[in-house]
Amino acid sequence: MYATTYHRASSIDDAVSKATGEAMYLSGGQTLIPTMKQRLAAPTDLIDVRHVASMKGIEVHGDTVHIGAATPHAEVATSASLRAVCPGLADLAAHIGDPHVRHMGTIGGSIANNDPAADYPSAMLALNATIVTNSRRIAADDYFTGMFETALEPGELVVAVEFTAPAKAGYGKFPNPASRYAISGVFVAKHKDGAVRVAVTGAGADGVFRHAGMEAALAASFTPDALSGISVDASNLMSDMHASAEYRANLVKVMARRAVAAAG
Amino acid sequence: MGIEGIGARVVRKEDKRFITGKGRFTDDMVVPGMKHAHFVRSQHAHARIVSIDTSAAEAMPGVIGILNGKQLTEDGIGNIICGWMIHSKDGSPMNMGAWRPLATDTVRYVGDAILVVVADSKAQARDAAEAVIIEFETLPVVTSAVKALEAGSPQIHPEAKSNLIFDWGLGDEAAADAALAGAAHVTELNIVNNRLVPNAMEPRAALGVYDAAEDHYTVWTTSQNPHVARLVMSAFYNVAPENKLRVIAPDVGGGFGSKIYIYPEEIVCLWASKRTGVPVKWNGDRTEAFLTDAHGRDHVTTVRMGFDADNRIVGLKVDTVANLGAYMSLFSSATPTYLYATLLSGQYNIPAIYGNVRAVYTNTAPVDAYRGAGRPEATYVMERTMETAARELGVSPADLRRKNFIRSFPHQTPVIMCYDAGDFEASLNAAMEASDYQGFAARRAEAASRGKLRGIGMSCYIEACGIAPSAAVGSLGAGVGLWESAEVRVNAVGTIEVLTGSHSHGQGHETTFAQLVTERFGVPINNVSIVHGDTDKVQMGMGTYGSRSGAVGMSAIVKALDKVEAKAKKIAAHLLEADEGDIVIENGELKVAGTDKSVPWFQMALAAYTAHNLPSGMEPGLKEGAFYDPSNFTFPAGCYICEVEVDPDTGKTQVVQFVAADDFGKIINPMIVEGQVHGGVAQGIGQALLEGTVYDADSGQLLTASYMDYTMPRADDLPSFQVSTTETPCPSNPLGIKGCGEAGAIGSPPALINAITDAISTNNLSMPATPQKVWMALQAGK
Repeated sequence: MYATTYHRASSIDDAVSKATGEAMYLSGGQTLIPTMKQRLAAPTDLIDVRHVASMKGIEVHGDTVHIGAATPHAEVATSASLRAVCPGLADLAAHIGDPHVRHMGTIGGSIANNDPAADYPSAMLALNATIVTNSRRIAADDYFTGMFETALEPGELVVAVEFTAPAKAGYGKFPNPASRYAISGVFVAKHKDGAVRVAVTGAGADGVFRHAGMEAALAASFTPDALSGISVDASNLMSDMHASAEYRANLVKVMARRAVAAAG
Repeated sequence: MGIEGIGARVVRKEDKRFITGKGRFTDDMVVPGMKHAHFVRSQHAHARIVSIDTSAAEAMPGVIGILNGKQLTEDGIGNIICGWMIHSKDGSPMNMGAWRPLATDTVRYVGDAILVVVADSKAQARDAAEAVIIEFETLPVVTSAVKALEAGSPQIHPEAKSNLIFDWGLGDEAAADAALAGAAHVTELNIVNNRLVPNAMEPRAALGVYDAAEDHYTVWTTSQNPHVARLVMSAFYNVAPENKLRVIAPDVGGGFGSKIYIYPEEIVCLWASKRTGVPVKWNGDRTEAFLTDAHGRDHVTTVRMGFDADNRIVGLKVDTVANLGAYMSLFSSATPTYLYATLLSGQYNIPAIYGNVRAVYTNTAPVDAYRGAGRPEATYVMERTMETAARELGVSPADLRRKNFIRSFPHQTPVIMCYDAGDFEASLNAAMEASDYQGFAARRAEAASRGKLRGIGMSCYIEACGIAPSAAVGSLGAGVGLWESAEVRVNAVGTIEVLTGSHSHGQGHETTFAQLVTERFGVPINNVSIVHGDTDKVQMGMGTYGSRSGAVGMSAIVKALDKVEAKAKKIAAHLLEADEGDIVIENGELKVAGTDKSVPWFQMALAAYTAHNLPSGMEPGLKEGAFYDPSNFTFPAGCYICEVEVDPDTGKTQVVQFVAADDFGKIINPMIVEGQVHGGVAQGIGQALLEGTVYDADSGQLLTASYMDYTMPRADDLPSFQVSTTETPCPSNPLGIKGCGEAGAIGSPPALINAITDAISTNNLSMPATPQKVWMALQAGK
């Protein structure tokens, strides 16, 4: 690790005011810190937003769910109020990384990084979430723009995510046995207006994506068997030493079925 | 046995310091004026060094010196050696290329050390290392041993034409050919034994201190055998004269073989300390461990096994290409030869065997012994082949093995080994009973009702450990003897110190060795201390590897205890005015048998040191030493049975049952033995299911160089193990011990793969059986 200056932000404004030059936000650091230790990232300043009170915690008002960006995965996994309205998201959080990662890593950190194999981006897309930043509100469909790419401007800070609780939602994940990131992860949500959204992480060559064919099939019948006739095109999927595109295509379909089954 | 003697489940004495973070490892050592080293390593797998520019780096803050391989040569530091000479079939000696501790002209694998930077802090050393400019001319790369032998492959060392180090054979080729030609059935199999990264919990480290005033050298290092390190560093590397070199291997956090060898870093740290005038410490990081620790396995094998019409094995022929990496590590030549082909008889009567091994250089990390070392490779060949043959012949795997078991001992195999004792059927029966083998069909049907494919597989392994009779290994090319030493010091108050040449890096010697003394003299275990790991304290010894510390190390202690006992009895007899032949030692007292006359142990010891009243002519004191050279290898054996469930949708395998029935001979501490089996089986499951080392074939970059990509087994990958033991004592050593350290890793991989291939009804599957591979095998079988 190269020398860096650590700042513990006291508020959103405090954090944003410090985000100049080669500074980076730190929100759990489960990717950033190992990267810095490898000397592959060298921010001059780290602005820790994990202790900003207004960015923490989960609030559920009726159908509306608000999760502060600095909320750790363990809290999302165990929140009774979230489980009451969207257990699928809590289950997803319960299977991120390991206990250490779940107590340090945060939802905001994850979606700001947008690792193509991270779990949360699929949930945000499928839940039609809104990404709330210090300056604007961004629809998930517009937010995830590619591998490790988002719509965030330099210095822009994710402060929360919001979504309307779906009628049903579930997540199917096949983890990489080494890293426990998703080799394929599929989040399915049946919304209260009847729309179904299916988002796939870990598999796409350009990061998280929605699968129109599955969405249409599940809108017609929200059952695992509704996916039987669906084919997943391997040509747009990642191929690496852990999984070929062909194997990933199979996993996407299997995980989608399991996600629907988990959604109940 | 008492509560602290042989056979007792004594809780490990050393664990308090380990589980409370109070262990003292090499990186915990701090000496005045100590500075820090960072190695500049090759980013290329094969390249010529055109130029090195350190001028900017030398001007960086905190830099004390940047040293290179030319300076190392100027100071007369020798090449890193391989300590076991192998001759090819044509009689020619192995073709060993030079391994310089710091490369001067050519780098041959990613991680090859080129320079060392010494600076005030680790970070400063690393900063300066980044400012070094090295111009390389890259050369073509080969990572596969099979490809390296092909015409036109890159030439890695000038000494080894076509990268062939040796072409070695063991056994009678003509007899094996004739047997196979006349066989009623021949089972043929192509087998890959996957390369593994050892992954000891503690990375390698070294702290070298040169004391100019005393002209004395000390190195703390992560070694399994500090005396061997001292011998090699003085005799071959010319780092320091042996009498002026102290090697200390303090607490060491796991080795699995990878810390047997003497690596460039400890040589360079000690040399750099003299050259720069400051103590120099290096602590490897996990990336360096992945890149530069000696890897394990990496064999490509063709096997042909012939059977007669009655399903008895008539002959076996094995052809193996062994990847030794870019340089020959200390025992790299012995691992795929005398530790491998000598076990190709397995547990079976095989009249004709021939093994051919070609060892090959590639642009990868050096490969050497890793837990099991040759014996896992042999067991995998034998037990995959037996299972495959049973399927081809349409007979039960257990029956085929039973029919071919060796049943009388001693048994001379056609490949050197003379098995001294064993009861292979007892292990097989114990494992089949524990696994409820007969009930498998019902379990398979139940799994099918849940959509899972359930399979069962077995492995009947035998290994040779208790390494090793010195004259025997000497005749086979070993550069050292493989005896062990012990010294037993009885203090004046009766407490006892045992100085052993064995080295504990997780095995629990401080407990088991003390149990032996407690059993013998009846002194409390807390009155016994085990001293090891420091060449200034302990007499010359050969260290710990090859499951030798019980069978060889403890036998040396027994010999020393015999001498102590004899003298103690003489003293007691004198004090009690009795005949020494009537003295017995019980419950910490020396008694005149059949009387109430006794003298406590401590009083006898005090008498030895006051010397006021000793038998006429007896020397004062009570301290005895012994060297023990085994007369044979020992032969642990057993049967492992594994059950798996495969998810056909994803190819994921879950190990749902694992039964181990081992024969380790006499057991000192069953709890520690069970722990050794658990750990070994976990590593075997890791090899079979999870651990795949991947080098990019074009660039030679190690793609699996971190835990993000290299899968170590974790608790949720493993079942609860059902372990049990049967006992046929080893006849060749005084305690009857065979050794238990490697068996789990040796016996388990074929049981796993046999079970998975049973579940998916196709035999074509290589390790690691990742979900993708299993899924693809299922698709291919559709």
